Formats: sequence, structure tokens, C-alpha cells
Amino acid sequence: MTPRELFFWADAVVAVLTAGMVLLHRNAVVCALSLVMHLCTVAVFFVLLDATFLGVVQVIVYAGAIMVLFLFVIMLLDPKGEGVTGRMGNIQLFVTLGAALLLVAGILRILPALAVTNAGGGAAVPEGFGAIRGIGEALFSTYLLPFELASVLLLVAMIGALFMGKKEIVE
Amino acid sequence: MISFGAILLVSGILFAMGVVGVLLRRSALVILMSIEVMLNAANLAFVGASRSVGSIDGQMFAFFVMAVAAAEAAVGLAIIIALFRQRHTTDVDQVSFLKW
Amino acid sequence: MVMQSLWLIPLLPALGFVALGLAGARLPKKAVSIIACGTVLASFVLSILCFFELQALPPEHRHHVDLVAQWIGPLELDWAFLLDPLSSLMLLIVTGVGFLIHVYSIGYMWDEAGYARYFCYLNLFMAMMLVLVLGSSLPVLFVGWEGVGLCSYLLIGYYYNKVDCADAGRKAFIVNRIGDTSFIFGMLLAWQALGGTFDIATMLASAPTVAAESPWIVTAIALLLFGGACGKSAQIPLYIWLPDAMAGPTPVSALIHAATMVTAGVYMVCRMAPLYVLAPYAMLVVAIVGVTTALLAGVIGLAQNDIKKVLAYSTISQLGYMFVAAGAGAFGAAMFHVTTHAFFKALMFLASGAVIHALHGEQDMQKMGGLRRHLPRTFLCFAAGWVAITGVPLTSGFFSKDEILYKAFLSNPALWALGVAGAALTALYMTRLMALTFFSPSRMSHDTEHHIHEVPPSMLWPLVILAVLSLTGGLIGMPASWFGHSPFESWLAPVFEGPESVAAVADHGEHGPEMLLMAISSLVAIAGIGLGWFFWVTRPDLPRAIAQRAGPVYELVRDKFYVDELYELIILRPFYFTARMKARFDETVVDGAVNMVGGAMEVTGNVLKLFHNGFVRNYALIYLMGATAIFWYLLS
Repeated sequence: MTPRELFFWADAVVAVLTAGMVLLHRNAVVCALSLVMHLCTVAVFFVLLDATFLGVVQVIVYAGAIMVLFLFVIMLLDPKGEGVTGRMGNIQLFVTLGAALLLVAGILRILPALAVTNAGGGAAVPEGFGAIRGIGEALFSTYLLPFELASVLLLVAMIGALFMGKKEIVE
Repeated sequence: MISFGAILLVSGILFAMGVVGVLLRRSALVILMSIEVMLNAANLAFVGASRSVGSIDGQMFAFFVMAVAAAEAAVGLAIIIALFRQRHTTDVDQVSFLKW
Repeated sequence: MVMQSLWLIPLLPALGFVALGLAGARLPKKAVSIIACGTVLASFVLSILCFFELQALPPEHRHHVDLVAQWIGPLELDWAFLLDPLSSLMLLIVTGVGFLIHVYSIGYMWDEAGYARYFCYLNLFMAMMLVLVLGSSLPVLFVGWEGVGLCSYLLIGYYYNKVDCADAGRKAFIVNRIGDTSFIFGMLLAWQALGGTFDIATMLASAPTVAAESPWIVTAIALLLFGGACGKSAQIPLYIWLPDAMAGPTPVSALIHAATMVTAGVYMVCRMAPLYVLAPYAMLVVAIVGVTTALLAGVIGLAQNDIKKVLAYSTISQLGYMFVAAGAGAFGAAMFHVTTHAFFKALMFLASGAVIHALHGEQDMQKMGGLRRHLPRTFLCFAAGWVAITGVPLTSGFFSKDEILYKAFLSNPALWALGVAGAALTALYMTRLMALTFFSPSRMSHDTEHHIHEVPPSMLWPLVILAVLSLTGGLIGMPASWFGHSPFESWLAPVFEGPESVAAVADHGEHGPEMLLMAISSLVAIAGIGLGWFFWVTRPDLPRAIAQRAGPVYELVRDKFYVDELYELIILRPFYFTARMKARFDETVVDGAVNMVGGAMEVTGNVLKLFHNGFVRNYALIYLMGATAIFWYLLS
């Protein structure tokens, strides 16, 4: 077991734990903070997988901007904690858990096949794979159109959010 | 090296946990957070695939997913705020109007 | 040249039916009367012209077919009308007597509601009867056959508000239907066995060869067709509808149930005469059924108190005589009796209608009496019919009945003896009728007696004409023994030619036996009249005493030998039972299945309703389940 692998598995455990905190805790603020922690573990994953730029962007944008937005809204709304089952009883609980288990089981099924095709465990990647330079080159050449569309999307989302969040003007 | 299968397994488990969170929590905010968990699991799978294939396309995909997630989070939160103003609650079971 | 347009003859009354049916209720009564009687009169005139045209042809060529239109191509079935001596005779009877009855009906039905409806149906009846008579193939004949059955139902049930009238109409139609089933089977068997054609002439031409190979097929056809005749012409076992049919208006009884419709069976048998001659067993059955019916009906008629019922049973009895003649091979004699019976029976029905009209609806003879003084003209006309039916010498009935009895004697003396017994019965019950109605002391209430009035001229003239015909009409059929040849018989002979009929062979022999038989039947007739007079005029207490002494036997006869009740028990009750079973089956099984489909829909809907509860989490769960399913599908 190489150090990388060891680190990977440790990180995986933390990721699962923090994701569990997000879904289980009653208090919304605690959930939000757990999510921040989770996002950081995912950033660690990215770095381990030679996607360094992405890892940094993850921390800055996701954990830094989006979660702050979440926290703002939580503070604004101050929601009360509530239970899980609500008006649908336990059927929702059991069926959901069952479906989720099925999903994971499906992945387990194809694992052996993957292990065969990917025996090498990943050959050496070219130098600078995942570095900022490589990403930038791809972004402004092959992926120019999606890049521009993404900026339009962000503009539209911003306008939409502005509009939806406005207070009603009562005449 | 980290095998692609392991990455997929972790991604799958995280995704399933995100789904369970979406389906079992009643607070709209926590549901949105669970959606973020799901998106991140997907991102993890993309990056892992990119590494194992050796192409940068996977990371690009993950990049754009992140952009879209940001937009979606913003709009989603705006909707929750608007809903809260109407109903004074974030409990999705209280807003069961999507029926005839 | 009128022969070229034979189709006009049934068409005119049919047009009258359509006109009156569509607009009759809005027209004044006078217009309705003119339309109805006018069409029939026109058909009568055309029939006369056809008769003379036919007579102008030599006897071998008196067979003209008028092809109107094709009906069913693959079966080679066409709308074709045939004019030959037999059909021209029937044309004259139907249109002539029909016209007289139409005129009579004007006066009789004037005060009834539904005046136009009556004449509308009556015209339809005339059209259908003419189609029956003119049909050159069995299906066309059958169209007319069914049509007159329908009109009989419509007219018997004319007073549809009264339950017993409606029931009687239904009974007539259903009993006729039973006969019609037999007829249809006979028709189809004939089609298959006699050359794959429906045309009567072609069928009869190929009959001898078929009979030579397999005689039982020809017998079967003859018997099946006769089954239809039993229904239409009220023979045993299907006569039960005729007495009930008296619930309809009296002119209807006169036209349909005396002169025309009921003789359709006799006409059909005579039309198929060459076929019957080839089936001796069938002829035997016909004769036996005829004579049995004649005697049974005569006995029942003796104990009836309703004047129309007596005449009804008399009709059944006389129809029996016609079938006796047909069974004995004397088809000409049968048709002769049809003609004379049309005259005197229609006359007597119309005259009884006059009596009932005068007494404001009273039909029970026990409440009549002494009407000879109050209704002299009606009495004279009725008397003409009376002497004709009993067979007083030189009347029309005398000649026709005598002809039948003579031919019966030639065929089988036992048949003749029974026929004579029937003649005695006829004289007896008819004299009883006359006695109770006209001769005996009055048993009417003073109120009724006060309001009696004779019939108006429009009702009287048809009576007079028919009375004259009843007395003199026999002259056209006087037997060969008197004047060399009988015009009537020789007119009809070409139709029945072909294989020699049994009785015709012995005809041109000695005349001694015939004169003797004639004398015997005259004596029987006069004796019967005398006996009737004695019982009901001279000593009216005697019949009452006899009835009381006989007790249950008298009741048996009066109640028609309980035949209707027997049918009810063995046929109708099981039928109603199975009908109820089927109704119950229909309700539970069939309706249940249909309702179950509806119920299944409801259950499905209720289940599906649960999915639309508005909870977003629930909808998301369903997404997840679907996605998992697709995921697994893609994996495998």
C-alpha cells in the first residue's frame, strides 16, 4: 500500500463521515459546516488525483463562496430543526435506503470488470497534467464555447436570483 | 496507484448518501446541501476517470459542473427565500401543492 | 297490355299506405276515405282488365311473368309477378271483396279515433296480400305472407289501449311465426332439392324427377310448407289465434280473418299442387288435419255465446273443408270454396258488425233476440249468408261444398262421411246463431231496444252486393254433370295440370253417384236447419236442459277443450322459466362482467391516486427508483 493509497483511504473515511453529518444533524448550521469540511476532503481527493488546479478552485469557489452563501441564507431564515419522516411515514425511509443500497450494489458489480481493464492502476501521467497551464490551454481552445456559455449561465442565474429574492412591492 | 475502481466505489457511496439526504430530510436548505454532496461525488468520478484515461477532458467537465453548481445554488437559495416569505417555513412537506 | 305492368296492382295500395301513414292524421276524414278506397278500386279495375286479357289468350299460354327488378343476384332471385288463372282469380277476390269492405269501414269506423291509421294499415294489408298472390317465386310469396301477418297484428291490436286486444295481436303474430318457421324450412329444402332455384314454375317442373328418386324429400317439403299453412289458415294445432283475433274491429275480421289472409294457406297449397300430387302421404295428412279441424271447430262453435266467436270457429271449420278438398286432390274445388266462402263469410261478419253497431257494442247473443223486426235489411243480408253456408240447394255454398264432398267421396268414403257430419254441425250452429239473434223472443234491455237503428247506406250496399254474390255466385262453378263443363274448373285446370290428380280421373264417368250425394247433402242441410230451429226457436228450454244435464261436458266444449290452457302449460310455462333464467344470467354474469370492468377501473384509479400526493420527496423517490432500475438494466 503506497502512501498515496493510504492517504486516499483515510480521506475517504473522513469524507463519508462528514457527508453523514450533513444528512443526519438536526441543526442546519452544523450541517453547513460539515459540508464545508466535506468539500475540503473532496479537494484533497482532487489533489491526490493530479488535478491540482481543480482542487484549489474547489476550495476557493465551492467551500469559500457557495457555502458562505448557504450560511448567509441559514442565518437569514433561521429555520427550526425537524424530524426525518414527516407526513409520509416510514415507507419513504425504508424504500429510500433500499434504493440507495441497490445503487451501491450496482457499482460493486462492475468493480471486477474495471479491475481487469485498469490493472496498471494508471500509468504515469504527462508532466504538468492537471496544472493550471494545461487547464488554461484547454479552456481557451477546445472548450471555448462551453466557457462562454458558462459565463452567460452565471449572468442569467444572477439575474434570476436577484429577481426571485426581491421583496414584494406592495402598492 | 489508486485504482479507478476504488475511486468509483467511494464516489458511489458518497452519491448514495447524497440521495438519501435529498429524500429523507424535510428542510429545504439541507436538501440543497445534499444536492451539493451528490454533485461533488460526480465530480470525483470525473476526475478519477480523467486520471485513469490520461485525458484532461474529465477535469474540464468537473470544472463546468462546478460552475453550474454555483449558479444552481444561487437560484435555489433565492427560491427558498421567496418560499419562506410566503409560507414562513422551509419544510417541504408543508408545500405539497404539486398535485391537482 | 295491363299485364305488362302487373306491379301496379300491389303498388297502388302501397302508395295509399305511404300517403296515409305520413299525412293521414292531418287530412280530413273524407280525404282519407277517398285515398284508401280509391287505391283499392283502381287495383280492382286493373285486376278485371288483367282477367279479360288473360282470357283472350289460348289456355296453354295463360302464364305471364312480369319481371320487375333483380333482388339477390347470386341466388337468381328476382321480384317477379306471375299472372295465371289461379292468381287472377285471387286478384279478383282480394281486390273485389277488399274494396267492398273498405267502403263498409267508412261507416263503421267513422267515430273512431285513429281513423287514418286504420285505413293506412288496411291499405298496407291489401298491398301485401297482392304481393303474396302475385309472387312467382316462394320468397316473394313469403314477403307477402309475412306482410299480411304483420298487418294482422297491427289491425287486431288496433285498440291498443285494451290489454286483451294487444294480447290477441301478439298471440296471432307469434303463432303465425311458428307456422312461418316451418314454411321457411320447407322453402329452403325445396330450393336445395328441386334444382337450386326459388322460382315456383321451375321447381314444379323438376319435381317429378326428384320424386322418382327420393319420394320422401318431396313429402317432407310438402309437409313443411303445409305447416306454414296451418299457422296462416288456422288449422290444428295452430288455430288458437283466430278466435282471439275477434278483438279487432269487425271489418278487419271480415277481410283478414274470413276472406283473404286465412285463405293464403289454401292458395299456397293449390299453387304447389303438382308437388303435393307427388306426395300422397302429405295429401293424406292435409286431408286428415282438415277434417279434424272442421269437426273440432264446429263442435266448439256450437257452445259459444259471442256472435263473432261463432263466426270465427265457423271460419276455422270451413278452412278445414278447403284442406279436405286439397288433400283429396280436388284443388279446383278448394279454390271454389275459397271464393264462395269469401262471399258469404265476409257478408256475415259485416252483417254481424251491423248488429253490434246497432246494439252499441253488445256481442253476447244471449242478450239479443227478435232483431228481425228491428233490423229487417240487415236480417235479409245475414240470412243470405246463412243459407249459403248451410248449403241450401242452388246457393253458392251449396255448389262449392257439394263439390268438395263429392271429390272427397271419390278419394275416400270415410272422408266423405265425416264431411257430411261437419255439414250437419255447420247447419246446426249457424241456425242457432240466427235463432238467438233474430228469431227468438227479445232478451234485450229496454234501453238498448229503444236506441236501435239500421245501418247507413254506405254500410248497407256492400252487404247487399255480397248477399247477391252469396246466392248467385255458385253458378260459375256448377258441376260438370249438369251442364257439360264447369267454367270454374276448366278455368283453373291448366294450373293444376301435369300429373293427374286423383279425383279428376274418375270425374268424367257416371253422374249417378254425384246426384245421389248431392241429394244426401241437401237433406242433411235442411235437416240441420230444422233441428236448429226446433232447439232454439220452438223449444228453447231444451238446449238449456241438455247443457245442464251434460254439465262438465258442456263446460269442456264451451271452454274450447282447454287447448289454450294446455299450450300454456306445456309450452309457455317452460319458456317463461328459461327466459327468467336467462334474464338472471344476463343480470349477474353479463352485467356483472361489465360492472367489473368499471370496478377495475375504479380500483386502479384509487391506487394510482396515491401517487399524486403533492409531496416532492415522494416524487423524488420515484425518480430514484426509476433511475436505479435503468442503471441496473444498463449494467446487465
